[in-house]
Amino acid sequence: MNAPAIEILGLTKDYPVGFWRKKMRRSLDNLTLQVEEGEIFGYLGPNGAGKTTTLKLLTGLIFPTAGTARVRGKSIDDVTMHREIGYLPEQPYFYDYLTARELLDYYGHFGGLSKAQRRERVAQLLERVGLASAANLQLRKYSKGMLQRAGIAQAMLHDPKVVFLDEPMSGLDPVGRREVRDIILELKNQGKTVFFSTHILSDAEMLCDRVAVLASGKLLGVGAPGDIVALEVHAMDILFELREGRSLPAGLPGQVTTMGGRCHMEVPESDLYAALEQLRRCEARILSVLPVRPTLEDYFLRLVEKEKVTSHTVEVTVR
Amino acid sequence: MSAAPMPVAVNTFREAVRDRVLYNLVFFALLMIGAAILVGQISIGIDRLVIVNLGLSAISLFGLVMAIFIGVGLVSKEIEKRTLYSLLAQPIRRWEFLIGKYAGLVLTLVVNNFFMTLGLAAALFYVGRPFVRTDAVILVSIYFILLELALVTAIALFFSCFSTPMLSTLFTLGIYITGNFASDIRGFGDFTKSPGVKVVTRVIYYLVPNFHNFNSIAAASHGEPIPLALVGQNTLYAALYVALLLVAASAVFSHRNLK
Repeated sequence: MNAPAIEILGLTKDYPVGFWRKKMRRSLDNLTLQVEEGEIFGYLGPNGAGKTTTLKLLTGLIFPTAGTARVRGKSIDDVTMHREIGYLPEQPYFYDYLTARELLDYYGHFGGLSKAQRRERVAQLLERVGLASAANLQLRKYSKGMLQRAGIAQAMLHDPKVVFLDEPMSGLDPVGRREVRDIILELKNQGKTVFFSTHILSDAEMLCDRVAVLASGKLLGVGAPGDIVALEVHAMDILFELREGRSLPAGLPGQVTTMGGRCHMEVPESDLYAALEQLRRCEARILSVLPVRPTLEDYFLRLVEKEKVTSHTVEVTVR
Repeated sequence: MSAAPMPVAVNTFREAVRDRVLYNLVFFALLMIGAAILVGQISIGIDRLVIVNLGLSAISLFGLVMAIFIGVGLVSKEIEKRTLYSLLAQPIRRWEFLIGKYAGLVLTLVVNNFFMTLGLAAALFYVGRPFVRTDAVILVSIYFILLELALVTAIALFFSCFSTPMLSTLFTLGIYITGNFASDIRGFGDFTKSPGVKVVTRVIYYLVPNFHNFNSIAAASHGEPIPLALVGQNTLYAALYVALLLVAASAVFSHRNLK
């Protein structure tokens, strides 16, 4: 069996705070996590949850207080591990006196690419992220979205097996977000592992094989978005139309909202058949009956709220 | 030896060029032209002395300003602007990055000094003094200035690894000034009766680089020869100090969290 793409064991990070730096603030608390090869893994959490701290630990920008991590079997202390990874920092900022072509060519040196390889790869990536026409423009003249694309290009430069993206959709317009989503899916199709943090839960829901939820430095839950949202079905949504001259029957088990002549009613699952029977009796036309599933956002908010109340780790393992 | 520092050095040089750092050459050229015209009119037989003295002092001062003010930002600016994050995620070791940054600034100083040397030569040519064999001492003096700047750059880089640009500037400048008076400080300690002061002055003397040894502007102005042994001694001294400072900088920076 192959080693996991990312293996995190008890990773903890404390920062000294205060004037004398004697007090410690825990940014990440005993994180243990595995990401398999070829997965798109979403890392969710509110601001200050420890998402960026985790990514910085995994990319060697900061050092753990305790615990360890491996990327494709290589320790994060090992510089050769960096050949396996690409990294897009949150709100990336690059040498603004360089053009995008120069920036990528510069970074290409470290991946051991020859001059000809760099030229080819850089042109290919600039085309891929839609910056070919702005390739010779200095980065100081780039918009936020363009910088983000340049950042994604540099993260893919030496064809890494694992790509870390910190808030890759942040600052992008809907078209840009869609393009980034396409790139992430393309990376998955190429067999890469993508680990990305995000606030935009719909993106995670749409893209991720699995997600982890983090709050106050603690891992609250890991699971497939589909499994998470499919877990609980507490209510059913009935869409129906009333015949002319008919009014709503009294004593329906749910609140009815009318829009454009159509009525929506959300009822508890246990009351579904009773509600349908009442609607049948008044000869209502049933258009659809759908289960109401919690969104990933509901799940996320519930966990974060719970963490605020209990202030200790909640074990939620779906898979 | 790893090849990774090379692209970092080239990029640091490119940054200096694109940030118009070498524009100081224009000021130097204006200074030399002004001095040459003025000296030609007022001095009697001391034109060489004045031009060489002024030229070398300006080379030293301009270089010092560059070494300190760019040097203190070599690392801290990259952290502050977060350009370092994506770079250090590449397969490059932190010490390789530091060596590259250091080499890049030293390269900038060498290029800068080269053009200033040409400016000085042009000013000497203008005042109508033919070049003679003893003028080689001017080149030795410029070499000493370069050694001094290489050392100042290493000090600035060292502080840049853990301190703010403002504090790094103060520390570097403080060490430079103290280093120029290192012998005087030791002499003061020898005169005093307090054993505590003696110890402190001795420690300062041995800890701080002795920049006075690199100052040969007066000798070059008067055309006095500089012994070859001093050239070797200064080269070795600077190389050793620079190596120690780079090792210390690497040790500090290798453990620094980039928050």
